[in-house]
Amino acid sequence: MTAISTMKPLAEPRTSEAIRIRPATGSDLAELTRIDEEVSGVAKRKYWTHLLASGGGRSRYVLVAEEQNQIQGFIVGEIRAWEFGEPPCGWVFAIEVRPKTRLQGIGTDLFSALCDRFRRAGVTKVRTIMARDNHLVLSFFRSQGMMAGPFIELEMALDRNG
Amino acid sequence: MKLQKASSFALFAVLELAANPTRQLSGVEIAAKYGISVHHLAKVLRDLGRAGIVDGARGVGGGYRLIANPKRLTLLDVIQVFEPVGSDSGASGGLKALTDPESALRVILDELDDHTVATFRSISISTMLKLMAAKPWAHSSRVFRPARTAAGRA
Ligand SMILES: CC(C)(COP(=O)(O)OP(=O)(O)OC[C@H]1O[C@@H](n2cnc3c(N)ncnc32)[C@H](O)[C@@H]1OP(=O)(O)O)[C@@H](O)C(=O)NCCC(=O)NCCS
Repeated sequence: MTAISTMKPLAEPRTSEAIRIRPATGSDLAELTRIDEEVSGVAKRKYWTHLLASGGGRSRYVLVAEEQNQIQGFIVGEIRAWEFGEPPCGWVFAIEVRPKTRLQGIGTDLFSALCDRFRRAGVTKVRTIMARDNHLVLSFFRSQGMMAGPFIELEMALDRNG
Repeated sequence: MKLQKASSFALFAVLELAANPTRQLSGVEIAAKYGISVHHLAKVLRDLGRAGIVDGARGVGGGYRLIANPKRLTLLDVIQVFEPVGSDSGASGGLKALTDPESALRVILDELDDHTVATFRSISISTMLKLMAAKPWAHSSRVFRPARTAAGRA
């Protein structure tokens, strides 16, 4: 798990004129589902339908990066309070950019737009959790200035027979 | 954790060269800045040259430059030139069956190794330069422990 405190972000936002970051709407459902399937290999229509339907809530954020009316990437985040005994904190649950438009700063722009929203909501820390072997996403979050936080993630397989 | 001297020297050298992309730096200059042995650093620079990370003129006075891409060169890439990082399955006794305590301990050590490898692999030299500029240790004593960072230089 990585966390960043009030420290200055390491990466400067680099949005080019053509890229616009905006909140996702219900009409983005098909495109978001498609990008997610393209990047993660799993189609999750139900998940996205639920996410966009509940996206109007105060603490949930689904932002998209749009270029010439086409969505190039998205970020999903939420402010959660008192989970794991911690005061309100911003969580990044997912970030994906279309393979063809990577390494142009879109991921950085999405992350920085989400952090701005967290800041405006009065939150001073952003956290995420990700697969240890996802070098690409780990390198991305590291490049944004994220560091190991004070938590250790643990898990165990649940025996069916208890 | 502690790095071997050669790995630390190599990282200092690579970071110096990455921070000065328009200038060639000599081993003498770098060694003087960190107060380390010129002789040892010269050997480290030779190894980095053989690994295709730096390029430079022979001799203590010759200048070096970074030829690897600092955005893609990771801490792991540099450290692995000098020491193994992470689990070395051969070290757990080869074909000999492990006892239960040995196996249990192996599982825990592998857990730590996995974290170490993931951390070193996710931090590029460019990210290190940004980190050095942002100096998060100046704002938060919880995230960074400069004393332990310094120990890595031993
Ligand atoms: C991670 C991801 C969002 C980055 O998007 P992006 O638009 O390419 O990111 P940026 O261009 O803003 O890159 C910012 C920094 O991230 C790091 N980075 C990005 N791609 C990288 C790569 N292939 N290798 C190493 N570092 C990389 C670099 O430090 C980069 O800075 P640089 O361009 O100065 O080198 C994108 O690669 C992606 O969608 N990957 C798959 C995501 C995924 O698997 N998501 C599921 C789990 S959430």
